[in-house]
Amino acid sequence: MPRPETSGTPTSSAAGTRLDPWLGTYAERTQGMRASEIRALFAVANRPEVVSLAGGMPFLDGLPLDQLSQVAASVVAQRGLQALQYGSGQGDEQLREQILEVMALEMIAAHPDDVVVTTGSQQALDLVTRVFIDPGDVVVAEAPSYVGALGVFRAYQADVVHVAIDEHGLVPAALEETLASLAAAGRRTKFLYTVPNFHNPAGVSLALERRPQVLEIARRYGVLVLEDNPYGLLGFDRDPWPALRSYDDDGVIYLGSFSKTFAPGYRIGWAVAPHAVREKLVLASESAILCPSNASQIAISSYLATCDWRSQIKSYRELYRERRDAMIGALSEHLPEATWTVPDGGFYTWVRLPEGLDARDMLPRAVTARVAYVPGTAFYYDGSGSDHMRLSFCYPTPERIREGVRRLAGVVTGERELVELFGTAGAESDDEVASPAPDLP
Amino acid sequence: MITSASSPSAAAAALPVDGAPGRTPRVAVLAGGLSHERDVSLRSGRRVAEALRSAGVEVSVHDVDADLIAALTDLQPDLVWPVLHGASGEDGSVRDVVQLLGLRLLGTGPRASRVAWSKSIAKTVVSRAGLVTPEFVTLPQSLFRELGPARILSSIVDRLGLPVVVKPSRGGSALGVSVVRSASELARAMVECFSYADTALIERAVSGVEVAVSVVDLGDGPVALPPVEIVTDGPYDYDARYHPGRVEYFAPARLSEATRAEVERVALVAHHALGLTRLSRSDLIVDTDGVAHFLEVNVSPGMTETSLLPQAAEAAGHNLGTLYRSLVEASLAASPVGLEPAPAS
Repeated sequence: MPRPETSGTPTSSAAGTRLDPWLGTYAERTQGMRASEIRALFAVANRPEVVSLAGGMPFLDGLPLDQLSQVAASVVAQRGLQALQYGSGQGDEQLREQILEVMALEMIAAHPDDVVVTTGSQQALDLVTRVFIDPGDVVVAEAPSYVGALGVFRAYQADVVHVAIDEHGLVPAALEETLASLAAAGRRTKFLYTVPNFHNPAGVSLALERRPQVLEIARRYGVLVLEDNPYGLLGFDRDPWPALRSYDDDGVIYLGSFSKTFAPGYRIGWAVAPHAVREKLVLASESAILCPSNASQIAISSYLATCDWRSQIKSYRELYRERRDAMIGALSEHLPEATWTVPDGGFYTWVRLPEGLDARDMLPRAVTARVAYVPGTAFYYDGSGSDHMRLSFCYPTPERIREGVRRLAGVVTGERELVELFGTAGAESDDEVASPAPDLP
Repeated sequence: MITSASSPSAAAAALPVDGAPGRTPRVAVLAGGLSHERDVSLRSGRRVAEALRSAGVEVSVHDVDADLIAALTDLQPDLVWPVLHGASGEDGSVRDVVQLLGLRLLGTGPRASRVAWSKSIAKTVVSRAGLVTPEFVTLPQSLFRELGPARILSSIVDRLGLPVVVKPSRGGSALGVSVVRSASELARAMVECFSYADTALIERAVSGVEVAVSVVDLGDGPVALPPVEIVTDGPYDYDARYHPGRVEYFAPARLSEATRAEVERVALVAHHALGLTRLSRSDLIVDTDGVAHFLEVNVSPGMTETSLLPQAAEAAGHNLGTLYRSLVEASLAASPVGLEPAPAS
């Protein structure tokens, strides 16, 4: 705002302050980091009065906590000197062998040396991006895509190009078209980022017949595939489908995680990568964190060795199926004018709002009504997607889910009235992906 | 409870409480709540609690939830300081409950809070007290439904001109606020505003220097702290307020002696006219003719690292811990529950 002249002598000629003495020294990549009002609203969403259909938090009450406390005690009692010490940058060897057993459920045949243990698969995402992306390089990703991945890509100043998905996942023809047009424009696409199973946020899975097609297209264009698979074992009505990595050892980096099938608090995930890539990932990880937590790795290793983890996953599948049913039933009852995906696994359904409504605009009203969701804008690099929202059914009980959707229906009605009144919606949204709220995995 | 009570520093002298010299007062800071400004309130509350502890006050911090009444009843604090932003914290309702429990409040009582919380009512009150405030209208969403929006919106533009500022009549931290520069943007701004509140205040935008003037009363009557000037290269929105870097602050503001005296006078008149107690912050704009326009007042000003009252206090040479402790002392020495001054009519 222009500064007016005021009469008399100014009483202060003091220099102003921006309350940050390091303002001129930040890296360019921090420019997009903003404290949005969406983050402020999520502070309310975490309160118990609010039915949060926003976060992707697993329902840990379903874990055998008594058994786990014994496991945790034994970690210190029996292997304390190892658990509390630095460890290998690549990760605990025994755990890496056990990870092979987990991945075998998705037909992946690998060697323990192929596995790099990371601090959650989020760190693996960061490492892969750090190793491959220079500013301006292209990452091709599904539309929509996991908000946390978009945040990493943005941090490394990648240019993300989205590719359409449908109810059977990534559309091969759309992928081909995108890669062809990028190649024709002389753009270098470094990798394709995909969540093939029970997609976050869309809830869909890449159809079996499309898997080899997608790999063949990527191979033809010389594009690496980054397969992010935290939910693959959480199918409701079927056994896991073969991972993309099971078709192609050389062209796929696979990311796995214990955060959704066991406990995110341990922060243990992993990457399986071709030999040369894996070497770089280990070096990059050592420079970032020296080594993943030994205590966490040994606790998970003990859990896998002493508890019936397959039955645990089975009970989670049943629990989440019941919640999915509650969510879909409630949507049918209360929000018939919206459309949504019906996931056969994982944590999320992707809801398209009635014509003209903007999920981001609607969020304050939702929080006032004590229900929260994630606006679709979080899942697009360019902030589009305002006509969608992600609803999570993993954490609230079926009763709370029904109550949450009932509240949401009231919010939609109110917002609809507003939009009908003023005949406007879908203005430009600010980018949200650089600073996702902490509960948006 | 968010954090447990902590022991005061041994070096700090104890404050007299209710005729019991030597006993350290217990202050319950309320922070959080369920408003859209929960996050800001939590940060403000933590800062206030830390500062008080550093000055030897025994502090506990409480969220506003189902456990609050039991916690306050058990604790029987000497004073309750609501560092709550947004609805229930600033609209007087939580303050009502505190007084119902027979506890003493630091700050403005419920009735005056209710008046100040409504920007339109506050503007009317200060206007009657002789202050200048931008011309405005206050319109509930229901009115647009009943009368149809097109004519109302065009009347707004005809009457107030452009640009105008659209904001929730009740709310803070710039949530739901838009500056509208062309008539075609107005409908969109209304939608954004009504997402936060059911009543919108639309006021003529005044161009000039944005200034915040905090008022504190340490027992000898309200005094204005040095005005803080806010310079932004974009909107003074949520991000700009709480993310250091986007705003340049000048404390004291770069105003002439006369203008500085005038903005301080305006803040004090608003404080008096609205019947506010102990502390407040008025947001003003000084136009190109040096006229100070009152925009709104906060009975529970932000107390975060980037907030304006703490900056003003430091510009005046106050140590925050000492200042907040003095506010506690003054509140303890003042009249107890039920003697809230009525707002001037």
